[in-house]
Amino acid sequence: MNDLQEQKETTLSFEKIKKDILRPMQNHKGLELWIAFLITVISVCAWAYYVQLRDGLGVTGMRDYVSWGLYIANFVFFVAVSLVGMLISSILGLLRIDWITPISRIAEIIAVAFVAVAGLVIIMDMGRPDRVVNVLIHGRFQSPILWDITVVTTYLTISLLLLILPMIPDLAICKNELKKASPLLKKLYNILSFGYINTPGQYKHLHKMIRTLMVLIVPVGLAIHTVTSWLFAATLRNGWDTTIFGPYFVAGAFVAGSAGLIVAMYFFRVSYKLKDYITDVQFDNMGKLMVAVCLVYLYFNLNEFLVPGYKMKTGDDVHLTELFAGHWAIMFWSSQLLGNVIPIMLLVTKKFRKPFPIMIISLFILAGAWIKRYVIVIPTLLHPHLPIQNVPQNFVHYYPSAIEISVTVLSFALALLIITVLSKIFPVVPICEIAEQKGIEVKIEA
Amino acid sequence: MKEETSNNSRRKFLKSVGITVGAAGVVSGFSLLGAAKAAAQEPGETVNLLTQDGQLVQVDKNQLRPTVTGPLTELQKRGREGIAGKSFVMVIDLSKCRNARKCMAACQNHHQLRPDQHHINVLQMQDAEHTAPYFMPKPCQHCDNPPCTKVCPVDATFKRQDGIVLIDNERCIGCRFCIAACPYSARIFQWTEPKDAEKYKNLTYNIEANVPQKKGTVSKCLFSADRLRENKLPSCVSSCPNGVYYFGDQNEDAVTNGTTHETVRFSQLIKENAGYTLMPELGTKPRVYYLPPKNRAFEFNGDLLNEENLH
Repeated sequence: MNDLQEQKETTLSFEKIKKDILRPMQNHKGLELWIAFLITVISVCAWAYYVQLRDGLGVTGMRDYVSWGLYIANFVFFVAVSLVGMLISSILGLLRIDWITPISRIAEIIAVAFVAVAGLVIIMDMGRPDRVVNVLIHGRFQSPILWDITVVTTYLTISLLLLILPMIPDLAICKNELKKASPLLKKLYNILSFGYINTPGQYKHLHKMIRTLMVLIVPVGLAIHTVTSWLFAATLRNGWDTTIFGPYFVAGAFVAGSAGLIVAMYFFRVSYKLKDYITDVQFDNMGKLMVAVCLVYLYFNLNEFLVPGYKMKTGDDVHLTELFAGHWAIMFWSSQLLGNVIPIMLLVTKKFRKPFPIMIISLFILAGAWIKRYVIVIPTLLHPHLPIQNVPQNFVHYYPSAIEISVTVLSFALALLIITVLSKIFPVVPICEIAEQKGIEVKIEA
Repeated sequence: MKEETSNNSRRKFLKSVGITVGAAGVVSGFSLLGAAKAAAQEPGETVNLLTQDGQLVQVDKNQLRPTVTGPLTELQKRGREGIAGKSFVMVIDLSKCRNARKCMAACQNHHQLRPDQHHINVLQMQDAEHTAPYFMPKPCQHCDNPPCTKVCPVDATFKRQDGIVLIDNERCIGCRFCIAACPYSARIFQWTEPKDAEKYKNLTYNIEANVPQKKGTVSKCLFSADRLRENKLPSCVSSCPNGVYYFGDQNEDAVTNGTTHETVRFSQLIKENAGYTLMPELGTKPRVYYLPPKNRAFEFNGDLLNEENLH
């Protein structure tokens, strides 16, 4: 048994790794169909956004009291999932944890796609997107929105660099191997490989840069989600006016991001036939990591809800009663149980950390994470300090409109499209790093 | 020099007329724009207009212009600076409010708002289960530590030297952070095309009235800053039939009742009547003071929080 496994590993030559990883990039039936499907969805939903632009935000379910709705919940969700890039490739990478090698690029791709779409979602939520340049012309640095724009763009930039720099050796391989690629792609590989031929000097420089960026992205990653939480915590509203929102959001982001990564890992393993690279070991370890981050998140949830729930201060009482036992109870408890407590209980068992079960569990965690953002944003706005009176009935409730849901679908389809395209033109598993890790010599022709 | 003065006085006159048109609507079935368009073709004709103080006046159609105030930049500059030496305060006597809602209507007329859009909203309040309910008009509190202006990313909403918090809907990007930040729910958003958008289309934007309103931007109570510039009381204050509102300058320590036109010492008024501010624990330092609803001049006739009364 042991012998057999050893034999299998020794057969993993550099040529085989290259072949396995580059294959789905060259011909992958169904991928074109999937891209076409995504583009169709995006085009149809873009019409919904056009209607919103034409008629104003009145086409959404938002009104004067619930003035932030689905879009802001989506924004927080996108930012949360994008944090996985910083968690996996930086924190774990800096700790020199080796099982992350095959999945670190997938994590970076998710980070880039989700943070880019998060930026777009904010623009989609604006009443006057035509005036977005005002933020540059008249920007006030006292406003958390300015901080958010700063960290979102910084995070996107560093994530892009952390996607591309470690990929330089692989792109040099792509340049040589992918003869049938389109001229445009060839040009892209040519430019982005920067003439890399794996000389010791190049290797040293490259890895120095990567490590610097890995250190840099840690504070930026923490900042992006902390500042996102401050958009809420900086107000005087019951349910948002708390001091632990920063770490609470960061902890929640690790949960959502890890779940997103596990789902993507499963998809690439099956669809790209990468079983030999994204192995059970990766899923098992991600399962353990998930238990850890879920426990941290659970701890923050206890603090966030139990302490004010114990006191039931005026203002908090209405809000918490609605969450625990009122209108929002089903969403609140399903996000807590399906998205946190039950996954912890299941994932402590090894058999649930196998690829398929953990992927299903991660889907629940992702859904729970999204619902959680929804119940963080909306119920608070429905319980302001002063009573809501003398306004039409639809100001007192919030139900997202069809337009709003379409624009939401648009943003999700866009994120998936970015991931799909990036994983189509770039190798999703790092070829050279895998080879290095297995002690196989990396040869790159000039 | 002489010409300039006459020009100015004409502008002043037209301004007051124009604002009236915007505020009270046009009498005699003429729309301002229609009249202005017609002006070119039919010289010498006159129209009847209602001035702000309720007088019917005849105006030569040639004198009507869709643009009734100065150029945008001048208005913006003046509007952002505020009135030097002033420190405006409002005192609302809750013992007098009978829920007449004349303030709400006057405000909506002045600021191009629909009946469901409130710069000022009369709320039916009850502080605790067994305490007496009362009516509470709630304008923007024009806080001295405003949570809304802090969070604005583009300085579209700001506090002036005279204490008024304004919104510049030529700059607002519609992020609605200020709405989330305001603990008094004092801000509204133009979710769709504002009321009578066509009619107001060609008016130069007056930041001190926030008219014309614009789709996709925030609006709020401005203490009728345009009227203050003409030494008039805010629309809500003047329109109250029950003497609820006092308005004035804290520097002069004088506030004037909008109904009785009686001027009293501000400090004395709030001292003798146990004046207070809303939610002082939030540290917003409101410029709107309330006198407690004791010895009410009426029986509370509202059905507290009855669904039917919410419209």
